[in-house]
Amino acid sequence: MRSQLAHLSEEALVALVARGDEVALAELYDRVGRMAYGLAFRVLRDDRLAEDAVQDAFLAVWRTAAGYSAERAKATTWILTLVHRRAVDLVRREQRRRAEPLDDAEGHEEAASASAEEAAWLHFERERVQAALRQLPDTQREAIELAYYGGFTQSELAERLGEPLGTIKSRMFAGLARLRELLDDTANHEGPWNPEFTS
Amino acid sequence: MEPGIHELTAGYALDALDPEERRAYEEHLEGCQRCKEELARFWDVSTSLALAATGPDPSLELRERILTAARAEPQNVVPIQRKPRLTRGWALGAVAAAAAVVAIALGAWAASLHGRLGHANDRLAADRAALAIVSDPSARFVALAKGDGRLVVAPEGRAAMIVDGLEKAPSGKTYEVWVINGTKPTRAGVFAGGGRSVVAVQGTVGKDAVVAVTLERAGGVNAPTTTPVAASQPV
Repeated sequence: MRSQLAHLSEEALVALVARGDEVALAELYDRVGRMAYGLAFRVLRDDRLAEDAVQDAFLAVWRTAAGYSAERAKATTWILTLVHRRAVDLVRREQRRRAEPLDDAEGHEEAASASAEEAAWLHFERERVQAALRQLPDTQREAIELAYYGGFTQSELAERLGEPLGTIKSRMFAGLARLRELLDDTANHEGPWNPEFTS
Repeated sequence: MEPGIHELTAGYALDALDPEERRAYEEHLEGCQRCKEELARFWDVSTSLALAATGPDPSLELRERILTAARAEPQNVVPIQRKPRLTRGWALGAVAAAAAVVAIALGAWAASLHGRLGHANDRLAADRAALAIVSDPSARFVALAKGDGRLVVAPEGRAAMIVDGLEKAPSGKTYEVWVINGTKPTRAGVFAGGGRSVVAVQGTVGKDAVVAVTLERAGGVNAPTTTPVAASQPV
């Protein structure tokens, strides 16, 4: 049976979760859970730890939904931010970082559980982001990827790359600002989903 | 503004600040509108990075584990039947929630992501009304005397009924909502049922009124003809 909440935005679902609505929490998980897990796995490279990070993040959603403000961030962004924060906290605690966090987690093609349209959308979005990343100067790309996917802090990166901390900070800022421009340029003006991919 | 701390916005959006800097930045952020706006836009970029990181699927058990843990955990819910202090934060939150609900009509991101558009506009309008009530921070819950769910009553008697576990109404039938004042039932909308229904109650729900749901002929009738399948306690 399709959920009665299927037509609601994630923001509206968070409003229901803030009211103690477990069905809304389940619906949020069904929409964002796979992306959340993919992100946590990319950072942590471990099933169990990735699941822990996702579980912690969704429980934080459950506990703190009343404090969520749609003015600050989209609900999906908020949830993925919580997941990422937990994943990097865990990777730092566990010292699990691999020497080369740049390897892409290739070989994980869209699983059968994803609908074709969702798979197409994710594929399109991933290509778009990777194309934008490739256009960054190598040093900026490296700083962003090592920080976001590798869980390195700016000061750890400075040490690892043998650069002054100030340089790393500027590089990360310039890189993220440039990435934003590149992504804006390639975004569909009606939103990230290009309807042509559905048919 | 100190340029150094502004630059930390990128590191913050990527979760790459050391704990001390993270705290300092968060303190700064409270009072810096420019950084708030910048951060919101950087978060959009980090969300794109997150989407690009798709890996294997989580185990099927993870979903159940999360829901079980949530059930066992107390939540920071808005207290029932207490006048909320409408601090600025809350007022903004309410506006934001209303805005979020409006976003449904704009073919919100997720709806298009999941290809779930195509609902009739009137249905969306009714759902928006119901959601606006449910997410109103000053609304209160009234338990149901019959059926699973609850009645949510916002100021001025605006109300929404949440009913769980009703079978979808059979062909030629519909569920009809009634507001009963004393012994007089007033028509208050129809819905199809099935799973969980969140339904705006038409008209207003005054003190001591009861909201009830009956199964009726498609299109609705002027007075209930069957025993309610769900009914609230008196408001």
